Amino acid sequence: MATPALAIEHLDLAYRTDEGMLHALRDVSLEVAPGEIVGIVGESGCGKSSLIQAILRLMPANAVIERGRIALAGQDLLALDADSMRRLRGDRISVVFQDPMTALNPVLSIGRQMMDIQYRRDASQPAKRARAVEMLRRVRLSDPERRLEQYPHEFSGGMRQRIVIAMALMAEPELLIADEPTTALDATLELATIELLKTLQREIGCAILFVSHHLGVIAELCDRVSVMYAGEVVETGDIRSVFHQPRHPYTERLLACDPARMAERSRRLPTIPGELPDLVNLPAGCVFAERCPAAFAPCRGLPPEFYRLAGNRAARCYLSRGEALS
Amino acid sequence: MASSASEIPAARLDRRRRSALRRLLSEPLGVIGLVLVLAVLLVAVFAPLVALHNPIALAPIDRFLPPSEEHLLGTDHLGRDLFARVVYGSRIALSVSLGATLLSLLLGVTTGLIAGYGPRWLDNALLLVFDALKSFPTVMLALALVTLVGPSLDAVILVVIISAAPSYARMARTQTLSVRHAEFVLAERSLGAGSGRIIATHILPNIIGPILIVASMDIPVVVAIEAGMSFLGLGVRPPTPSWGSILNDGFSYIRESPWPVIAGGLPIIITTLGFTFLGEALRDTFDPKRAGSR
Amino acid sequence: MLTYAAKRLGLAVLVVAVVIVVLFLMIYIIPGDPLSVALGPRANPVQVEALRQRMGLDQPIYIQLLRFYGSVLTGNLGNDILSEEPVLPIIMTLLPDTLFLILGAMSWSILLGIPLGCLSAMYPGSLMDRIAAVLSVSVIAVPAFVVAVYALLVFSIWLRWFPAIGAGDGVLDGLYHLVLPSLALGLGWVGYIARMLRASILEVQGENHVRTARAFGLSENKVIFDYVLRIAVLPTLTVLGIGIGQLLSGAVFAEIVFARPGIGKLVYDAILTRNYPIVSGTVLVTTFFFVLVNVLADLMIAWLDPRVRHGLQR
Repeated sequence: MATPALAIEHLDLAYRTDEGMLHALRDVSLEVAPGEIVGIVGESGCGKSSLIQAILRLMPANAVIERGRIALAGQDLLALDADSMRRLRGDRISVVFQDPMTALNPVLSIGRQMMDIQYRRDASQPAKRARAVEMLRRVRLSDPERRLEQYPHEFSGGMRQRIVIAMALMAEPELLIADEPTTALDATLELATIELLKTLQREIGCAILFVSHHLGVIAELCDRVSVMYAGEVVETGDIRSVFHQPRHPYTERLLACDPARMAERSRRLPTIPGELPDLVNLPAGCVFAERCPAAFAPCRGLPPEFYRLAGNRAARCYLSRGEALS
Repeated sequence: MASSASEIPAARLDRRRRSALRRLLSEPLGVIGLVLVLAVLLVAVFAPLVALHNPIALAPIDRFLPPSEEHLLGTDHLGRDLFARVVYGSRIALSVSLGATLLSLLLGVTTGLIAGYGPRWLDNALLLVFDALKSFPTVMLALALVTLVGPSLDAVILVVIISAAPSYARMARTQTLSVRHAEFVLAERSLGAGSGRIIATHILPNIIGPILIVASMDIPVVVAIEAGMSFLGLGVRPPTPSWGSILNDGFSYIRESPWPVIAGGLPIIITTLGFTFLGEALRDTFDPKRAGSR
Repeated sequence: MLTYAAKRLGLAVLVVAVVIVVLFLMIYIIPGDPLSVALGPRANPVQVEALRQRMGLDQPIYIQLLRFYGSVLTGNLGNDILSEEPVLPIIMTLLPDTLFLILGAMSWSILLGIPLGCLSAMYPGSLMDRIAAVLSVSVIAVPAFVVAVYALLVFSIWLRWFPAIGAGDGVLDGLYHLVLPSLALGLGWVGYIARMLRASILEVQGENHVRTARAFGLSENKVIFDYVLRIAVLPTLTVLGIGIGQLLSGAVFAEIVFARPGIGKLVYDAILTRNYPIVSGTVLVTTFFFVLVNVLADLMIAWLDPRVRHGLQR
């Protein structure tokens, strides 16, 4: 394919802690083609946040990237100096975070914040203002001229999220990262926000990396999906294939646990027994083996590779070794 | 940077389980504070043994002597041994500060309990009183009172109690209000538990910790107030030695000899620093959120 | 905004009213005839009669209280026992000197405290931060009058860098005389403000909206000074308002130690001579002033924080 909008290759990220190195991300590889929407699914603790922080390079001081490459439209991000990376943010890569209630500075007007982030543009104040008004209109905020003077607490959660989306897409970035943007919203708002994102994405043509644990939303919005568990990508593929014929036992269990997909009403919600592994002292072998119903001999010996399969799919599981392309 | 709480490994949380005392002692300031406070307490308790001289014995021939083996801190303008005066001054400082703090604790907690338990109008009235008291410049109040009754340590203590009590009262009131309407309390009351029992088992244990920490931070303030009043000549009556009055005497003769001033100020500094360091360390020990942000 | 201001002013008026009541009642709580309590042993019959008139002591208490209020509101705070001059003008003549001292003290705390707090927050855990933390705690702990006496001893008497007595003549000399006393008075507040600001900044930095600002590529300077500081400075303003009260009390000591004119010295002399009208008058004036400053501080916070303006809780 053409140069991917985002390409992550074999990324290893660890945190220095008192107890040792905590391996938060291991051999993470994924690609997002220009204009494509890729989802990342996983429970808390799977490394989604670390991944986003790594892409943006807004990591805590004790984080270390031990190996790997992160490229935006072919440009190696890890090789950039801090200042260049900073100028990228909000311009070529944007983020929408999870909690709209606390995402905006409470003592500055919306307009002020929307104009501040346009500092890279060599344009006049009125021009920046006009752009802000235009973006607010596109996210369907009524009376945008007046809204610019208002403060975040004068808006509801759903409106604030739309404002954040407007800010994120204002510079027409190549990549938009959405970190659980609808998790804090109620169901009807969630649908409306997803629809909005879809529309804007079509208009602007940016690639989206959409992180969520809500399978329904992922299915609705994304073209392809990567499933993460305990710091690894365990499965990748196009949405339909992965959700209808999962290749990794974890994906299977995840789908089975989704209350929306249960075929019959039952008194007990299925769960995945066991706990997340200790990321400081990793188990030998596959990281999911402890909890995997299909674990067999080789699983506890060495960790499986990320086997490439037909149809642009991949799975980190010995069960797929047979079909692995060379 | 702030979001990935889920990434903290389980091992890191073990720190909170280490014994509180050990944590307190691992803090250098806490150790220093504890040592200083203990030193002052011991000196106060064993004053007659430590002092070596009579603090009020006059010897005008020996005025303004510099420190020596005989007079560890020298002598003042009346030839009195400064070290002995400082040692006995610790008794005044501690009895006033600890006594006043204890009394304001009692007054404050009781008032807070009443405010929380009583009728709405009483609560509102008391809140108004607390707020007004907070607005008073304490020393000014003390001065007004002292003008009327004449110099008096008791007047000073009274003012201290009245101005320190509101903060304890607020804490007690908040806790009382939150407990009073809690479900498990309603359940207990329906089983016949009286207010006294509720107070004893649910309210008091929860406020003891924070209140003690606030109290330990108030003690050096009271020491300062007592010293200040005595410095102005409005506290203890001569010849009783208070650090403030030693400082005051020394100040009058500051050009003759620096030693009385040094002798008066040093114990004030040691005591206030000691209690403050200790209070800070206590606060950090019992508040993991604060300890983390250092 | 207007309703908020009205509410704050109302509360302020209430506090002053309560103070007046307390000052009035004090005379009655002390055992003995209120007149001799108020005027002390030196009063002469003329003064006693004047006070009796002013307070209408034969009337029931609440009438007396009303009359007291009335006289206060018309500016009659009683007369100095010794000189028999009206109290209010005496106080107002000396008030500016004390205000000058307090202003100096606040300036020190702001000039030293704010940069120290910012630097500590920008490099948390560093050696500088830890030393600053210990120093901050220490200067808060030690009472201002001890600092004042030691400062006098070291810088005036031993080193002879600064004058020991008085307020000086003229502007420059006045400032020269102001350095030591205002520094001694304001030192504790340097530590307080530095600590508060540091904690505030660190707390705000952890909040999500700062993460957003960084995620949009705003420069670190802009984030800290324009986005973070704007919020972090608000608690410090509240503290400054309360600090005035403490500074007023501390000014008494500073004026005595450095023999400066001002209401501190006035009050001190009045206490020694049992001159209650001066003392109660000063307490009233200072309380009024203190309350006023607090209201101004609150209004300024409202002006800076739109959430307060719209009546929301933070």
